[in-house]
Amino acid sequence: MIPLLANVDPWILTFSAITVIVTVAMGFWSANKSKTASDFFVAGRSVSVGWNSSAISGEYLSAASFMGVAGMVMSSGYDALWYPVCYACGYLFLLLFIAGPLRRFGAYTIPDFAEGRFDSPMFRKIAVIFVLFIGFFYTMPQMKGAGVTLAYIFKDIEWIGGVKGLPYWVGVVLVGAVITLNVALGGMKGITLVQAVQYWIKMFAISLPIFVLMSVYGHYGNHLQANSTKPTSGMISEGDASRSLEKAAELNRQALPAKAPKDETWLNPFGPLTTKAAKAAGLSAEESKPYSLLYTYSLIIALVCGTAGLPHILVRFYTNPDGVAAKRTTMWVMILIGVFYVFPPVFGVMGRNLMPELYNGLTGVKGTDGVVLNLPLILTEKYGTLGAVLSGITCAGAFAAFMSTFSGLLVSMTGALAHDIYGRILRPKSTPEDRMKMFKYCAVICGVGAILLGFFVETFEINKLVGWAFAIAATSYFPLLFLATWWRNITMKGAATGMLAGGTLSLVAIASTMVADQAKWAEGLKVWYAAHPLARTLAEQPAIWGLPLAIVLMIVISKLTRSEVPADIRMKMLVLHAPEKLGLKQEYIQEQQHGH
Amino acid sequence: MQPPEKPDIHSESFLHMLMQRQLRLSIACAATFLIALFGLPLLNYFAPELMATRVFGFTLTWLIVGILFFPLVWIISWIFIRRSIALEEAEVDEVTRGNAAAERK
Repeated sequence: MIPLLANVDPWILTFSAITVIVTVAMGFWSANKSKTASDFFVAGRSVSVGWNSSAISGEYLSAASFMGVAGMVMSSGYDALWYPVCYACGYLFLLLFIAGPLRRFGAYTIPDFAEGRFDSPMFRKIAVIFVLFIGFFYTMPQMKGAGVTLAYIFKDIEWIGGVKGLPYWVGVVLVGAVITLNVALGGMKGITLVQAVQYWIKMFAISLPIFVLMSVYGHYGNHLQANSTKPTSGMISEGDASRSLEKAAELNRQALPAKAPKDETWLNPFGPLTTKAAKAAGLSAEESKPYSLLYTYSLIIALVCGTAGLPHILVRFYTNPDGVAAKRTTMWVMILIGVFYVFPPVFGVMGRNLMPELYNGLTGVKGTDGVVLNLPLILTEKYGTLGAVLSGITCAGAFAAFMSTFSGLLVSMTGALAHDIYGRILRPKSTPEDRMKMFKYCAVICGVGAILLGFFVETFEINKLVGWAFAIAATSYFPLLFLATWWRNITMKGAATGMLAGGTLSLVAIASTMVADQAKWAEGLKVWYAAHPLARTLAEQPAIWGLPLAIVLMIVISKLTRSEVPADIRMKMLVLHAPEKLGLKQEYIQEQQHGH
Repeated sequence: MQPPEKPDIHSESFLHMLMQRQLRLSIACAATFLIALFGLPLLNYFAPELMATRVFGFTLTWLIVGILFFPLVWIISWIFIRRSIALEEAEVDEVTRGNAAAERK
């Protein structure tokens, strides 16, 4: 079984291989530097603002951001722009309400915070389960990205026996194994460095091809102008439409296939992405607009609040030396990812004009999701190898994208297993050395688990899976963190009820729409959803009711169980909110000792 | 449990003032952001013609969401960080000055 590598594009192979080799090499190099338990779990809490913000950005920009956003802009148009905007702006909510207090509280992980804030070991267990649950959800799309990209790179490979291509599972196993090795060797400190470098790889890989493409095929604005905002059918077009036609001729725009959305629904708000439920109910464009507006708002809430509640992002704030550094880091993260998110939509817009054949492809890299990898290849007809080189660079960026997010998730899940379950629940008396050894074993366990889950998601859409994780985080973790930091009267029972009810009900709602769409036995549900577009919209995007529901439940149950508010709540709130220069953290510990 | 030497930090009123000041700042910044974020779909809904005006080839709404929104968020967070660091310094100042006064007595 010797593959004939001659059929693989050498540039794509080279750049992807370099990215993988650099990642592994840096993992080994930093493995020597990670010595203590705190190096492993929170990178010694001494990561500088520059490194940490690059690392957070590198961790955050996943396969969904790198490939999925461009693909969605190409397939759904304007409405998909909310994804990059809210992915970036969610950080503002983190900064305004959560980052500073959480860092001051000085816990290792979110479950630490949950236990410390409510004095409840029980709540730690619930929080750990949620970390693992959201974590595994979020790893599935990364695994899918890995499998699909590798299958794309080796699509023309020929095995002896005439079998062509690389099976999906090979990519999943390969990438999963590399990252698991890296995490097990270097822990959080090793991964911080790798992720920081991977941010810059991604930034370079998304921006350089865009600048080259724009200089050859015309600018972002011109490509948008080629799309007319007015319906082109019917009357002879007025100024706007004729100008668009001129632009289209000038840009050498290709004819759109029948599957592509029409210009005006693509370019204007309330297009195909947000009107699906109303379309199924057979409503006219005008009638479906209110549902579309509702969908848009719910999507915005899920994405903004979901970002603020993703456990693998929150863990990163503990790697800052203090609260001021945590705030500065968030500022830089917003700048780094904001600049990045300007670029993927440009791929989508140019792909619509220059590579419309992707509309006919199925999902995955052959469809619009692959526009980032495929688009640079159009340069080949004019400039020869330049197209392949740039496509190789975007492939390397895609590699960096799913590798860095997966490693971040693996660190937070491994941390939850090794620090919270093993170190606090199973064997509280274990030494730091034991826990470090356990960290390595747990990394392997989580890695294998993620690879196995990755096998099952080949047919799912990347962005849908990510959407699940965000909606669940927005309706469970975000209300918990927000109220626990700012409202002193919240009790463990209130917090747990709200978090569990919000999270699970949203999950059930989303799952019900997917079942209705895909399962044969749920035909009745499908018909019912088609008749009730409002219910369908709310079930598809549950954040708009899930978040208020969780908050109301937390408040009501907390009021009912008022006697269970921790006795030293004033001290806890003081630690959360008083400036660190007052040195309250140490005082708190001394006071406890005097008290005993 | 109450250490008598620093009654000012541990008093109910100090905590109340601390949280209120910080929360007020956070809410002011969040409100600015939310008005912009939630206002855009409303503008798209009620003034589609205006939002479809062409600016450098972009429709107005595409230009705002695709590009201009990011700098807006940077400005809000920059203002927040500056103010909140200044707030913390003022709080530390008040407390240490209060302590010094107490020692002199």
